[in-house]
Amino acid sequence: MTTSELIDVVDDLVGVRAGDPLDALRRRRPVTRDQLQASYDALFAPLDDTAFPLDERVLVAAFATRSTADDATAAFYADAAAAVDARRTEIVLAEASAAATAGPFGAYREDGLVGESTEGRRYEPGIAARDALGERLTAALAHAHLLTFRPREADAAAQTRLVDAGWSADGVVTLSQLVSFLAFQQRVAAGLRALAPSVAVSAPVVAESVETSASPEEVSA
Amino acid sequence: MTGTTTAAVVLTHDAPHPHAFTRAEVGWLPWLEPLSVDELTERHYDGLVDRPRASSDYFRLLVRDPEILRARTLVDKDIFYNTAEGLPRAERELAATAASRVNGCVFCASVHARFATHFSKAPELVDRLLVEGIDADLGERWNAIVAAAAALTATPLAFDETHVERLRAVGLDDLEISDVIHGAAFFNWANRLMLSIGRPVAPPEDAS
Repeated sequence: MTTSELIDVVDDLVGVRAGDPLDALRRRRPVTRDQLQASYDALFAPLDDTAFPLDERVLVAAFATRSTADDATAAFYADAAAAVDARRTEIVLAEASAAATAGPFGAYREDGLVGESTEGRRYEPGIAARDALGERLTAALAHAHLLTFRPREADAAAQTRLVDAGWSADGVVTLSQLVSFLAFQQRVAAGLRALAPSVAVSAPVVAESVETSASPEEVSA
Repeated sequence: MTGTTTAAVVLTHDAPHPHAFTRAEVGWLPWLEPLSVDELTERHYDGLVDRPRASSDYFRLLVRDPEILRARTLVDKDIFYNTAEGLPRAERELAATAASRVNGCVFCASVHARFATHFSKAPELVDRLLVEGIDADLGERWNAIVAAAAALTATPLAFDETHVERLRAVGLDDLEISDVIHGAAFFNWANRLMLSIGRPVAPPEDAS
C-alpha cells in the first residue's frame, strides 16, 4: 500500500471533500487529524517491517475491520490486502465473515465483576485456514478477534500462543497496536459519518466558531 | 524493529488482580519484557514524546515500535488535553471512562475516572458509572455522553444519528460531538492495547 501526505484516509472513509463543513470541523483539530493519519502511516508504511511484514499487516487489518463491520473501512483494508495477496485475502475475508459477532463480551477475571461476565462466539481458526495461511498468521487472526470482541479476556495464554507461533516481542507490540488502532479509526469514521448530515444542515462552521465560548466548568489540564 | 531479536518470553506475575472497577490506583504489569532504559536511543525517546515516560514499563514495552507510539501519543494528547475549545475536559474523560467500562479495562477506567472526578468535582456520579455501569442515571447530559460512548464501543457499531440528536438536545455543538466521538473511539484503541500486552494489579488498599 502506498501512502501520500496528500491523502487522508479518514476523509476517504467518511467521504469528506475539501471545503465540506465536516472538512472544516476536522481541521479545527489539526493535530488529531494529522496524527491519526501519522498513526496509519506508521503501521502501513513502516520504517521497518521485519517483525510484522506488511503483507501480514494488511491481511490482519482486512480481517479485523471486516469482522467488525461491512463498511467503508472494511472495504478499504480488503482492497489494500487484495492488492498485496488476492488469494490469502479471499480466505481471510471468509474467516472474518464467519467470525463476525457481537461484542464486547467475555469473562471477567476480577472477582467482583464475575456477575457481569457475558458469553459470545469465540473464533478459532479451522484446519483449512491454518493450512492456507500458516500458524503465524492464523495466530494473529485469533489474537485480532480476541482484542476486537473480548478484550477483557486477553491474557498471558494469548501472548504465549503468539510467541509459540513465532511472534517476537516487537511483533506482538505492533500487532496489538495495529488491531487496536483499527478499532479507533473504524469508529472515528463511523462516528463522523453519523455526524456529517447534521453538520451540513444545521451548523455553518463560521457562525459556529463565533458562538463557541469557554464553558464555565472547563478547567485547564 | 528496534528491540531484541531473541525469542520472546511471556512473563508471569503473582500480584493480585483488582476486585472491580475503582477510582483507586490500579497497577499494571507487562506480559512481555519492556526495553531496558539502557537500550533506549534517540529514536526511542522520540517515540516516547515525554522523556519521563521512560520510567514506565508500559511505555518501554510500547516503544519497541517507536513510530506508532509517537503518533498514538500525540493523537491521545490532542483529543484529551486540547481544551482551548470544544468539550470540557471532564466530559472527554467521562467518554473515556464509559468506553473503558464497556470494554472491561479496569486499569484504563481507574485512571480516567480519577481525571473525570478531578475535572467535574462529581465523585459520586463517576462512582455510580463505575459501580452500576453505563445504565446508571448521571443526569441527561452525562447520560447522553455515556450512551454515545457505549454505542461507539459496541460491535456491530451502534452509534447513529439518534445519538447525535441526543447530544445536540443536551447542548453539544458540532465540535463537542466530534470530541465525544474521538474520545470514546480513542479508548477503543487504548483499552485493547493495555489489555493485550499486560494486566491490571489490585490497588494497594485492596491487596491485603
